Amino acid sequence: MSSLYVARSSRVAARSLDGEMMIMSGRDSTLFTLNKTATILWQAADGATSLEQIVQQKICTEYEVDPGEALRDAESLARDLASHGILQISEEPIGMGESK
Amino acid sequence: MPELITEVERLSLIIEIGGMAVRVNTTGPDFLHMLEGRYAGYITSAVTPEIQFDVELGPPGNADPHADAHVSQRDGRWTLTRGDFRAEWEPAQRRGWIRLRANPHSIDSVLRIVHTLVLAKEGGFLLHSASAIRNGRAFLFAGVSEAGKTTISRLAPPDVTLLTDEISYVRRLGDGYVAFGTPFTGELAKLGENTSAPVAALYLLAKGRENRIDQVPPGEAARSLLGNVLFFAKDEKLVQAVFHTAFEFVSRVPVSRLTFFPDARVWELIR
Repeated sequence: MSSLYVARSSRVAARSLDGEMMIMSGRDSTLFTLNKTATILWQAADGATSLEQIVQQKICTEYEVDPGEALRDAESLARDLASHGILQISEEPIGMGESK
Repeated sequence: MPELITEVERLSLIIEIGGMAVRVNTTGPDFLHMLEGRYAGYITSAVTPEIQFDVELGPPGNADPHADAHVSQRDGRWTLTRGDFRAEWEPAQRRGWIRLRANPHSIDSVLRIVHTLVLAKEGGFLLHSASAIRNGRAFLFAGVSEAGKTTISRLAPPDVTLLTDEISYVRRLGDGYVAFGTPFTGELAKLGENTSAPVAALYLLAKGRENRIDQVPPGEAARSLLGNVLFFAKDEKLVQAVFHTAFEFVSRVPVSRLTFFPDARVWELIR
């Protein structure tokens, strides 16, 4: 599996309130409330850290999960978030200033 | 030689809602008369309007007469369309024009949209909620259709000043928020009083067998508020601004669920 990089979109608005991460798409005003795993992924999505590193450093340290299974779940989650335009995925590191 | 040019009489009035004055210019005396009745209590001559609209009466020429509202901005010019109106507005010029049929719903919708755009930039919003003043403080009662906005408005005792039974007007002022009366009515069909007061609380309405106030977790408060804010524009920056405004609001104003049995006793809880 090749490395994937994820970056937060600059076209959304995000706020964490009382432990809940909420994100609104600037494109269509859809509001998303992220669960804990998605919040970890969102917060770590700096465009420079690979998804594999995020899973190893942020998710596997939080949950007792098989790293391979966790990575597959994280990739599925990242693609889901990307389909809503709130995360960007690339096989190359992503400059956060360029994220769309 | 016969007159080739007839001077058309320009008729106008200023409608001030939420402290924002909009001049409406028209050539239709009947339309002007309709506006005078529709916005009674909100018409003023004592202020300089922040926006002027020239209204042309007639079919807006849209392909779909039943189309939903579409609001977009390009190069500093807003375009507002719905099946029954078309409007353009340049905030920098403080001018715009509207083409619509002479009915109150169309002009009402254009004004609402314009106010949402101005408020979004200033940290305020229009909210699907009834609102009222008691003891110098404003209370908002939010909810979708049938949630009880009109019912709680109708049950208000005489010492309560009704601001609206349908759409509340909320502006940021210093560290708090102020609610203004609006002429935007719901089933009650009664214009709100043209006055204002600091917002003391937002209640999320629910009908039940008893009257009860329950705390709402902050996340739910923000989600519920966002679900009731009126906003139509496809504009990323303003959508983001409205989102952040909702969080600012719930961090400053108590938000609770008000479950109520539809009789006047519910107002014993609201003081």
